[in-house]
Amino acid sequence: MKFTIQISTGPYTHQASDTAYKFTRAALDAGHEIHRVFFYHDGVNNATSYTAPPQDDRNLQQLWSELAEQHSLDMVVCVAAAQRRGIMDEGEAKKNGKDGVNIAPGFQISGLGQLIEGGVQSDRLLVFGD
Amino acid sequence: MSDTKTFVYINRKAPYGSVYALESLEVVLIGAAFEQDVKLVFMDDGVFQLTKGQNPSGIGMKNFSKTYAALGDYDVNQIYVDEDSLKERGLTLDDLQPLVYEDEDDDWAEKDSIKLVTREQISDVIESADVLLNF
Repeated sequence: MKFTIQISTGPYTHQASDTAYKFTRAALDAGHEIHRVFFYHDGVNNATSYTAPPQDDRNLQQLWSELAEQHSLDMVVCVAAAQRRGIMDEGEAKKNGKDGVNIAPGFQISGLGQLIEGGVQSDRLLVFGD
Repeated sequence: MSDTKTFVYINRKAPYGSVYALESLEVVLIGAAFEQDVKLVFMDDGVFQLTKGQNPSGIGMKNFSKTYAALGDYDVNQIYVDEDSLKERGLTLDDLQPLVYEDEDDDWAEKDSIKLVTREQISDVIESADVLLNF
């Protein structure tokens, strides 16, 4: 089956990002296809490379980045949500006059159209978080 | 993209106080470019999103309620409002801004987009969804 995953909450406060990560990994292990992972609302906070949790805690951003690399995942961060919350790639930082780039490897900033396209193209769109 | 799917957007929150109403409207408008079958449901506090005379200037928010009137031009004209939710909040259809569209199959006659529905009818709308987004 072909899935698009939407993640609407940030890491650590709620379990949604952990659950989405575990689901995505399990689906890939079971031979399913992940068309796209779309980070929306506070979910864009999963994409900051400035994530630095204590050593005995999981690093969700890093887990997502590794999964993306292993499976060539298309991980998209909603541009409007990212701009509001300070998630910047080089283009956005330049455009908005910010001096830091903090988008983590494997994530890319794009528009809401990618969410709709995911819904159209996939057998299921699964939403994690509210 | 050849296939058409039914996208159902459920709006359950007040227009201000959280970002969801604004984001929902944003997704619906962007999604309109994909020419899918689109249905909107307004229930619970979500019915307040369509009320007339909104003025959020006191809380420093933009009044985006006028944008709903544009939905008809984007072929978004299946708008279901939960009658019980209106009643529970002391509202009637007259408290909502009229939303209309021009029916191309009926000589572009202007028609109402809003349908008052029961909760049973809302479950039929949900049942019809290929993609369900909850805001």
